[in-house]
Amino acid sequence: MEKARKRQFGIIATIVLAAVIVLGLMWATATAKKNAEHQDTLARVEKLGRIVWGVKADTKLFGLMNTKTGIPEGFDIDIAKALTVQISKQTGVPMSAEFVPVSSSSKMQLIKNTNIDGSVSTMTITPERKKIIDFTDQYFDAGQSILVKKDSGINSIKDMNDSKYTVIVVVGTTAATETKKFAPKAKILAVQDYATGMQALKSGQGQAMSTDNAILYGFATENPDYHIAGSTFTHGPYGIAFDKNQGPMIREANQALATIKENGEYNKLIKKWFSDVPGLDWHSLEAK
Amino acid sequence: MALLENNFPTFMQGFGYTLLSSIIALIGSMILGTGFAIMQIMPQVWIRKIGNIYVQIFRNIPLLVITFFFFLVVSKYVKMSGFTSGTVALMLYTSAFIAETVRAGILSVDAGQMEGARANGLSFGQALRFIILPQAFRVALPSLGNQFINLVKNSSILAFVGGLDLMYQGNMIAATTFETFSTYIVVGIFYLIITLPLSYYMQHLERKLKHAA
Repeated sequence: MEKARKRQFGIIATIVLAAVIVLGLMWATATAKKNAEHQDTLARVEKLGRIVWGVKADTKLFGLMNTKTGIPEGFDIDIAKALTVQISKQTGVPMSAEFVPVSSSSKMQLIKNTNIDGSVSTMTITPERKKIIDFTDQYFDAGQSILVKKDSGINSIKDMNDSKYTVIVVVGTTAATETKKFAPKAKILAVQDYATGMQALKSGQGQAMSTDNAILYGFATENPDYHIAGSTFTHGPYGIAFDKNQGPMIREANQALATIKENGEYNKLIKKWFSDVPGLDWHSLEAK
Repeated sequence: MALLENNFPTFMQGFGYTLLSSIIALIGSMILGTGFAIMQIMPQVWIRKIGNIYVQIFRNIPLLVITFFFFLVVSKYVKMSGFTSGTVALMLYTSAFIAETVRAGILSVDAGQMEGARANGLSFGQALRFIILPQAFRVALPSLGNQFINLVKNSSILAFVGGLDLMYQGNMIAATTFETFSTYIVVGIFYLIITLPLSYYMQHLERKLKHAA
């Protein structure tokens, strides 16, 4: 009797536990779906009086965490600040800018989950991404390049079309697919962030790191033994990302972007961040 | 489910590498761990010291740090891929915990057993092998099972160094399909496919050995 009872309890406990797990998963899926549903971003930021921007924290020149203050600094952050001020003026609602560090792989999900309102995070405008999220007009003109050791003898991405070469990329960037197009035989090593990628390049885990020229310039300034090989082989302008179907927010952001380009604020930021990069004609980046 | 269908070969590749890494690390850490456990109960003080230092170092450093050490530092001198460095790090890290588990098992065996064995003419090594260790493993088995399951889950460290494992492929798929949530659910289920039979087998082994006692 005692044994049968124990067994019965065991069976019931198992069923209850399984049910809890299944229900929990269903609830989590439903919540994720609900978060992914359409919400008006502009209405939300106006109501809360703040725009939460997703920015990079590991990318020199664009968004790099200042370890003393704990606040990321860079071109992207300054653009986001300028846009916030401009959008506040346009809507008449005072808004502050807040910054959340995002990684290449997490930014899309964070936008979908509304953890962040928008993202200024060196994000290339691609047709695949456009299906999931909306982009503003381009705020920076970039293209993919490779960073190699100066004495490596590699002069362009085409030289790397050999299975003995490994190209280091960062998960969640467009670099992996583009590299495969230009050097299909080369191996790809995807790492979590640019800092790890640079370390991996230095320790010989790969012969080149491939991503946007703008990001590579930051690494070239820091590491004199390395340089950019060849010109850019893709054209991939950066856009500011918002959730899908955010017409009003995109309109405001585009208008704000156009305004800061016109009044010279944009060019000031270009000068502030890119005038010291060796070998870069920063005037070519200015808004015309 | 379309996600699983479209990316099935990728998931399977990741599953294969996770399994391979786990098996290598499991066997390796079992051998190393037992070795260092024995070192720690040797009569010679200096051998005990060495064993203890090894365990303290690898037990108290985060696995990620050990992995990056092999991936970024050691690989400058000895060529090794992300998979190798991750697996070696996982093996050393786990072996420290296994050493402690096995040592606890050995200590649980009454000191009289060793004395008795020695008095009957067995050498220290023989006594260890035929008398002490079989009893120690029986005691250590439940926590060894825990270590093995942790090892399988910790193999996700490979993702950080491009080790092509499940987590790495999951990251890649999530990044290209943007279906982050569903991807990681599938990844979780694949891990369960390894860990559930493993824990069941460990339980089975426990029961079997209990009856043998």
